[in-house]
Amino acid sequence: MSQPVSETVSLLEGEANAPLLQIRDLEVGFETQRGIVPAVRGVDLTLYAGQTLAIVGESGSGKTTTAQAIIDLLPGTGKVTGGQILFEGRDLTKLSAREIQAVRGNDIGYVPQDPMSNLNPVWSIGFQVEEAIKANNIAQGKEARLRTIQVLKEAGLSDAADRLKQYPHQFSGGMRQRVLIGIGLSSRPKLLIADEPTSALDVTVQRTILDHLATLTRDYGTSVLFITHDLGLAAERAEQLVVMYKGKVVESGPSQEILANPKHPYTQRLVAAAPSLASRRIQSVKHQAPDEAEIFSEGSLDDALLARAAEREHAAPTKDLISVKNVSKMYRIRKQGFRHDELLAVNDVSFGVQKGTTTAIVGESGSGKSTVAKLILQLESITSGEIEFDGQDVAGLRGSELLKFRRRVQPVFQDPYGSLDPQYSVGNTIAEPLLAHKIGTAKEREARVRELLDQVSLPSATRFRYPSELSGGQRQRIAIARALALKPDVLVLDEAVSALDVLVQGQILNLLTELQTDLGLTYLFITHDLAVVRLVADNVCVMQKGRIVEAATTDEVFDNPKELYTQELLAAIPGGDFEFGR
Amino acid sequence: MLWYTGKRILQMIPVFFGATFLIYFMVFSLPGDPIAALYGDRPPAPGVIEIIRAEYNLDKPFIVQYFLYIAGLFQGDFGTTYSGRPVADVMAQAFPITFRLAMLALAFEAFAGILVGLIAGLRKGKLFDATALVVSLLLISVPTFVVGFVLQLIFGVQLGWARTTVSSAAPWGELILPALVLASVSFAYIVRLTRASVADNLNADFVRTATAKGLSRRRVVTVHVLRNSLVPVVTYLGVDLGSLMVGAIVTEGIFNINGVGGVVYRAVTLGEGPTVVSFIAVMVIIFVVANLLVDLLYAALDPRIRYAK
Amino acid sequence: MPSKNFTPQGHYVAPIEETPVAAVDVLDETQKARSTWADAWDSMRRRPSFWISSILILLILIVAVAPGLFTPIDPRSCQLSDSNGAPSAGHPFGFTRQGCDVFSRIIHGTQASITVGLMATLLVTLVGGAIGALAGFYGGILDTLVSRLGDIFFAVPTVLGAIVLMSVLPVRTPITVAVVLALFAWPQIARIMRGAVLSAKNSDYVMASVALGVTRFKILLRHVIPNAIAPVIVIATVSLGTFIVAEATLSFLGIGLPPTIMSWGNDIGQARTSIRTSPQVLLYPAAALSITVLSFLMLGDVVRDALDPKARARR
Repeated sequence: MSQPVSETVSLLEGEANAPLLQIRDLEVGFETQRGIVPAVRGVDLTLYAGQTLAIVGESGSGKTTTAQAIIDLLPGTGKVTGGQILFEGRDLTKLSAREIQAVRGNDIGYVPQDPMSNLNPVWSIGFQVEEAIKANNIAQGKEARLRTIQVLKEAGLSDAADRLKQYPHQFSGGMRQRVLIGIGLSSRPKLLIADEPTSALDVTVQRTILDHLATLTRDYGTSVLFITHDLGLAAERAEQLVVMYKGKVVESGPSQEILANPKHPYTQRLVAAAPSLASRRIQSVKHQAPDEAEIFSEGSLDDALLARAAEREHAAPTKDLISVKNVSKMYRIRKQGFRHDELLAVNDVSFGVQKGTTTAIVGESGSGKSTVAKLILQLESITSGEIEFDGQDVAGLRGSELLKFRRRVQPVFQDPYGSLDPQYSVGNTIAEPLLAHKIGTAKEREARVRELLDQVSLPSATRFRYPSELSGGQRQRIAIARALALKPDVLVLDEAVSALDVLVQGQILNLLTELQTDLGLTYLFITHDLAVVRLVADNVCVMQKGRIVEAATTDEVFDNPKELYTQELLAAIPGGDFEFGR
Repeated sequence: MLWYTGKRILQMIPVFFGATFLIYFMVFSLPGDPIAALYGDRPPAPGVIEIIRAEYNLDKPFIVQYFLYIAGLFQGDFGTTYSGRPVADVMAQAFPITFRLAMLALAFEAFAGILVGLIAGLRKGKLFDATALVVSLLLISVPTFVVGFVLQLIFGVQLGWARTTVSSAAPWGELILPALVLASVSFAYIVRLTRASVADNLNADFVRTATAKGLSRRRVVTVHVLRNSLVPVVTYLGVDLGSLMVGAIVTEGIFNINGVGGVVYRAVTLGEGPTVVSFIAVMVIIFVVANLLVDLLYAALDPRIRYAK
Repeated sequence: MPSKNFTPQGHYVAPIEETPVAAVDVLDETQKARSTWADAWDSMRRRPSFWISSILILLILIVAVAPGLFTPIDPRSCQLSDSNGAPSAGHPFGFTRQGCDVFSRIIHGTQASITVGLMATLLVTLVGGAIGALAGFYGGILDTLVSRLGDIFFAVPTVLGAIVLMSVLPVRTPITVAVVLALFAWPQIARIMRGAVLSAKNSDYVMASVALGVTRFKILLRHVIPNAIAPVIVIATVSLGTFIVAEATLSFLGIGLPPTIMSWGNDIGQARTSIRTSPQVLLYPAAALSITVLSFLMLGDVVRDALDPKARARR
């Protein structure tokens, strides 16, 4: 090890209470043809040794840019245009390329966001870890190999020695993230920058990995600068919060304090909209006397949500509009040679969706939840079982019967960038279903397009625009408008809000709720995010490995989860450690 | 890797038969008398036609002709030239020369191409990059035979640095100029490909992570950027072999080199159809086999391919 | 200046007037609406190389269609007395070995090169594009068959295959040369189209259209092909240049266009005998050829940059 423990300690004693990292008035800009576009505008933050500080913000807030500026990793034309980044009193912005290279890895470790793209696909895992160890002079030769194994073991890869020669594509996402954490901590840096280290992972994996990271950094006395979009996660994992908005810090301070008493309007909005917090709040309110339930900021989602939650409890059960009975779906996967593997993506699944309600299917990647959506939408054929819609068996519908079914059941997909044809104007996109079903004249269709745009709260001039000009949330509104064009009974929402920023997500959820009330829609809501389920669903089916492991009303699932897996999922919702209701 | 190799070899078999069949089919199933067509305006000596007919088994059904030809190939019988010499003999004599020429050209286009492409990619948008782009476009637009004539004129005739024609032994030194001519177009393509690939990889997440690990710039560029950029370049080398063969025909013709390309060049310009067909069939076979090797090299460079299911 | 939140443990709130909170996700109505093609056009017209190459190509096309507009001299009325003559008034590029006017021959030779290039490109784009699109979209046995057939044709390098076929073909015209080149070149376009169609086919907007009840063939025509066409356009532009070079190479070898048809390749081939004495006889047609090819390559580059999905997507 390059940093003997005693030395670190003495350093701490010598400069008691001197911050480890202090960013002062940092300005970062990106050079474009039209001059420098600022991305970070006068950011201040202070991080003490052993502390964890989280920067929270939506996409475009400048949180990642701030983190990258610290160790000079700004992409492309980005550069620091003003301010100081003091690390142990040294201004990192003034260092030469060689000097900053010595700081990277050794003093400041880095854990990136997407484990899939952050390991070089052509080098083995062992090589990539060992490389970091050698570059920072932690160990050389044979010792470096031993150290590599040790680092990986500490990061939670118990069979590290056997897997050194394997390549990234042979590791799962969670395992890769462990490798990246191992690399980031391999030199026992004083500071670790973790940029959304788990946002690409399943919630239960996220929890284990963050727990592990917390243990490691506590053991090593590493300070952590944590970048995240999830306020609940930030509050749970960091003592200090810095909330960024449009390149500026709008609020900072102790996390408990900020969450309990957000002062800046932006932070207030974030606190109100974050599903992880909102679902916790609903949970805590349900166990309190009604008059204590006023602790929330006014005009937040909560009032409406609470009303809905109460309403749900008294709603009389109606007939199932969709009824799925013992449905299985088998895929044949080609393997090496001429063999096939059979993958049972959906295994003997049964559930019903009542008219006018929202049924959520929750599961992690590979649980088969999206396959269920495709089966119901008749985009894939079922292997066995029965799917009834409004009393009619829909499996194997053809021709005009299938068209009739399609008019009544419409999808909205996850990726707001992929679900609209980039070559089609918004107007044509929304009119496409009308055209396909030969409904109305050109004039009538245009009137309908305007009406639909109005329903999703977009100006009617939007119809002349193209998807590339719209934000993710706006695109998702267009996708909803298109799905509503045929006046369907059911919307299948496949992760429809998962890719959106928190505030936009809140807006879309509100819109969906309004539409449900106004149009009497039935929703099948596919998601990985239990927190969102708490906000919108009446009934929940929890899926794991192709099976439904638990199905009940939302309240039952949250209050009294029966399956261990459901309990794990619930525990993985961030913000659990936070005390609500003071 | 073993599985991958086996799969590629299996996939090569239909391509091998298909490609040879294609050439055979083109020549011998055209309307009219294929022998007359092969000899064009210059009818062969009396008696030759009968020999050729027997040689290509033209009296038998077409498919039988083809399989007899393939059977001959496997016994080392690649056909005969216009003058009746076995192609295999001419090949044995001419191949080493062409091999030397091709190796020089490959070495030049690979090393210089990758180097220039790397620097251009690292300095995207700068003067070096802009120059490299313009020069590579120019090199691609000027046909090989023009480059050949011009370099022959400048270095051979006006400056007298090199011989305008290569002696029959074709030593390495005399092949340098022809090799440069042969490599010119592919060099330009490799520069462009490497540049694009390097510029792409520079923005890759794993390169940023490598930098964050504390690696030196030199190591990041060589071990992560360059190494990954080689994968598409190697794939290109396989396809490029085809244009290298055409280039060899032209270049060896211009510099009067006694290689395989030179033989084909003279046969083409003199209208000796049978020689052309026999030699090009062999070249296509070499192309197919070489592409198999490139595929294996590709797999060696990219573990995702190697372990693919 | 002291830092705004110097006390780290304190609760800092930015002045609200300095950090106003905007409404969430409002459509910017000040900008003009534009399609992807309008965007591409916008990025192209800013590039000087787009204008240079387009104007050159336009000029070359006019020359090809109406060579008589550019030179009054008959390229076939040659005087042996002018053999390899130096440039003179009215004959800016001098004379060939046969005593023909070089400039006039270049002007009149344009047509053959351009015809071959355009025809071959049109053929590979239509045939290869259609084959690739159908194979990629419908998959299954059709895809397997077409892909294997493509592999076979791909295994014969274009010009090598053309050498074999041209050396036995009894008729040699610009059309036969174009057909022969296209015969061996289609798999490249087919492969690119197939790949692009496959990725477009698996996009969510196609799935959404299926769920809307749009028929498969209409989806192919309205959504898949428009989104897959960009790389094909780029390759087609570049191919046009390479086909012109291929024709010249064949003509140079004496198996492309017959000497009776004027073409740059033929002229360059014939000029080799007099290269030492009068290099201009070779250099001028070579320059004409190279400038033409360069124009198409440059245009291809500009089009690629304008249509590049990496540069455009997710701004």
